Amino acid sequence: MSNTTSSQYASYHSKVSRSRATSEPAWIRWTLIITTLVFLSLFLFVPLLAVFTEALRKGFDTYITALTDSDALSAIKLTLIAAAIAVPLNLVFGVAAAWAIAKFEFKGKSILITLIDLPFAVSPVIAGLIYVLIFGLQGWFGSYLSDHDFKVIFAIPGIVLATIFVTFPFVARELIPLMQAQGKDEEEAGLVLGASGWQILWRITLPNIKWGLLYGVILTNARAMGEFGAVSVVSGHIRGMTNTMPLHVEILYNEYNYAAAFAVASLLALLALVTLVLKSFVEWQVARNASINEHSN
Amino acid sequence: MAKHKNVLPGFNLTLGYTLLYLSLIVLIPLSAAFIKTTELSFDEFWAVVTAPRVLASYKLTFGASLIGALINAVFGLLTAWVLVRYTFPGKKIIDALVDLPFALPTAVAGIALTAVYAGNGWIGSLLEPHGIKVAFTPIGVIIALTFIGLPFVVRTVQPVLEDLEAETEEAAASLGANRLQTFTKVILPTLWPALLTGFALAFARAIGEYGSVIFIAGNVPFVSEITPLIIITKLEQYEYASATAVAVVMLVISFLLLFAINGLQWWATRRNGSSH
Repeated sequence: MSNTTSSQYASYHSKVSRSRATSEPAWIRWTLIITTLVFLSLFLFVPLLAVFTEALRKGFDTYITALTDSDALSAIKLTLIAAAIAVPLNLVFGVAAAWAIAKFEFKGKSILITLIDLPFAVSPVIAGLIYVLIFGLQGWFGSYLSDHDFKVIFAIPGIVLATIFVTFPFVARELIPLMQAQGKDEEEAGLVLGASGWQILWRITLPNIKWGLLYGVILTNARAMGEFGAVSVVSGHIRGMTNTMPLHVEILYNEYNYAAAFAVASLLALLALVTLVLKSFVEWQVARNASINEHSN
Repeated sequence: MAKHKNVLPGFNLTLGYTLLYLSLIVLIPLSAAFIKTTELSFDEFWAVVTAPRVLASYKLTFGASLIGALINAVFGLLTAWVLVRYTFPGKKIIDALVDLPFALPTAVAGIALTAVYAGNGWIGSLLEPHGIKVAFTPIGVIIALTFIGLPFVVRTVQPVLEDLEAETEEAAASLGANRLQTFTKVILPTLWPALLTGFALAFARAIGEYGSVIFIAGNVPFVSEITPLIIITKLEQYEYASATAVAVVMLVISFLLLFAINGLQWWATRRNGSSH
């Protein structure tokens, strides 16, 4: 039997229903399924449901009032601003890093990949702390900044910086393996046909990586809008000024204004659900494209 | 062909930009933490990072993270197994919802878990008559850290389980192994690297976690106060050097974990690569 036929046989075989010898009796199957569902309910489904019921506990009018409160609106605005700056910056970085790492060979590449991952290993609290050490009043540039009347810490620039830090690796780590797998044949073909570097990027590379890029952007955006610990350290919690949505949730909650806290939280929970839907959509697209390519080969 | 000169443009630009951006956002700020601690003498540093209240916080942070990661290793494996091997209604939605802890802001998770597990909450009110208090105790910390680590084991084990070929299991069965023997002697060994990687990722994430924990923990010194909260408290009292000293201890541990995880992933891909 040649290699191809045996692997075709294997893939055919794994698709047909499993025989009794390699499956479990129904009662074990259902015990395992139910145990899983109970576990996921305790940790995921029930808390998620609680966000929405707590938000609407005092009625729809209270809900709307909590969301249209001026402090809530300015928190929403600041969250959108932070994400609108952090996402494009990390997107450009991700493409640049993936281009250098995937298309070229150089010394220290694996160290560079590890360093790009560093922000994921750092506690959000420490991510905030390091910017306080640099830009805070006692920090490296503290006196210079206060002489020039420019605030970073307890102001919007600090919030943006902390957001960039915690979302730093997402796009890059999505694109690096993808572009490594795709190789550089198409780009080299473009070059031979006379395309410039930017034309290659826009016409060949970006269309090839669009789903991976979108996936990275979705994850970056979700984290950017939801970040709490890092932003909390650099924000100073000034209502209506330096409060993002998650920080506003905390303030309302600590004031025992639970209905309002959960109302703002429910917006963030909706964002999370939209994120999961988009993520599943991208995964479905990628799987579909992969199976189309497989059949055409 | 293998050693021909790379003709693609943009190497200097992209690598230069990558290094510049990485240095400005990550490396220089992180080095600030290590430089700041040099303001303390070694004895001062040691006194700060081994103060009884700080030691108690390490014990809670690492203990609860470990328990959370272990819970996730067991139930994550189970969840991955159920999602790959069985069919049941709503499976696709449940599969997508497993990633909720990645997408849900930690502060939202924190107040939601507190609402559910407090004495008057949906689950808390069922447990309290049995003398089990969850919210505002170390058990609450474990619950929050289990929540935020939940997707890691599922998502590392799932693809390995999908790639597992039926033939090996059939061979084991035809050689007389029962289902449990096949699982422990054939399937589990293949899953080990992925399972360990997922466990380590969940553990590493839990150690640094702040937002989901502080609401449910109660934050009682020596009892339910996590290390990231110690850093925040010191910062609020303007004790920058000692806040940074505790942060450096956590950073060193996190970096060691990162290297361990990279090693595990390398091991996992090598094992899977050779088994094909």
